[in-house]
Amino acid sequence: MIPAIALIVGLIIGLVLDPSVPVWMQPYLPIAVIAALDAVFGAIRAVLDGIFDDKVFVISFLSNVVVAALIVFIGDQLGVGSQLSTGVVVVLGIRIFSNVASIRRHLFHA
Amino acid sequence: MPDDSMPDDPMPDDPMPDELPDAEGPGGDSDTRRDRTDADPDGAVSPPSSEPGDGETPVRGSVTGWAAWRRLGLMGRPRATRANVIVGLLALALGFAIAAQVRQTDLEGLANLREEELVRILDNVTQENSRLSGEIRELEQTRSQLAAGATSEEARAAAQARLDSIQVLSGTVAATGPGIVLTVTDPERQVSAALLLDTLQELRDAGAEAVEINGVRVVASTYFTDLDDGVTVSGQPIRPPYVIRAIGDPPTMAAAMDIPGGVRESVRRLNADATIDQRDSLDITSLHSPTTPQYARPVPSPTS
Repeated sequence: MIPAIALIVGLIIGLVLDPSVPVWMQPYLPIAVIAALDAVFGAIRAVLDGIFDDKVFVISFLSNVVVAALIVFIGDQLGVGSQLSTGVVVVLGIRIFSNVASIRRHLFHA
Repeated sequence: MPDDSMPDDPMPDDPMPDELPDAEGPGGDSDTRRDRTDADPDGAVSPPSSEPGDGETPVRGSVTGWAAWRRLGLMGRPRATRANVIVGLLALALGFAIAAQVRQTDLEGLANLREEELVRILDNVTQENSRLSGEIRELEQTRSQLAAGATSEEARAAAQARLDSIQVLSGTVAATGPGIVLTVTDPERQVSAALLLDTLQELRDAGAEAVEINGVRVVASTYFTDLDDGVTVSGQPIRPPYVIRAIGDPPTMAAAMDIPGGVRESVRRLNADATIDQRDSLDITSLHSPTTPQYARPVPSPTS
């Protein structure tokens, strides 16, 4: 409940403050958001699997974000930033889908 | 997201008959995440048994159905642990980042568009560009046509003016305009061809454009010879009085005739007389028949 409320509060703050993303962060923020979402869904699944751990979630969340941004950064430096971004999004999307599928089985028996 | 909708759980807690237990295939086993105890995640799929281990605290083990909803609700409850605070902060940051990114995406123009969209936009722009280029070509063609038309009109006018002047100079057309009539009476037949030539030169110097002497058109090839009782102009004998009609600026030509030591004075010295009549309008109707040059040929113009 706390994370859900915090997420909603964050959304509201973001919409109200209407921040402008710094230029240097613009290529990385979308990927970082996707990575964080992957961590969140993974956490939900871990909760339902009974293997959730706060510390692991925090570390995985941060490492997901950092690694995703790092991959995009390296891709940009190598000139394949857009392709690598697509690849990261695909991988994270697959993971999110699988996690959601697992969560769905937990919650709905289907 | 943790959901606290535990009371309105639509799902009964009965084991579901799983005809297709693994319809998603290997969708659920891609976890390299935080399962440090390395529990089998697929174990949640196949056995639909609701584990009865749902206590007041999060417990180990996979749960499904109602118990799963309850566990989610339990997990989200406020706990004053540092990890929970950090998790909340992370969720806060995530929400903030999502909102910021969404706003950013809304704000941005071409920079954030996908490749296909950019290609489509580029395609549109290119098509528009080619269309406008065609329009430019059309308009330029029209303009050049119009310019060519104007040029040919001008060229025709210029050619006509050139033709007129050449015709007047060559004496092949009648000429009209202001001028003077110089009448030289020569009772003693003293006026020589040389004097007439001098007179003609004076007139030309004064700007005479078309000249005739006693009905003979004076052109570039005109020559004067002396006769016993007169002169010949281009081989045609003429007798006094000599009537020289010249088209040009009348005052200028009259003044040229009157200068000291000029035509008039010379004529008077020969006991003859010269009278000058300035006319506003004067017709020179005599014509010169041009002969085809036997030797001279025009040099081809390099531009034509």
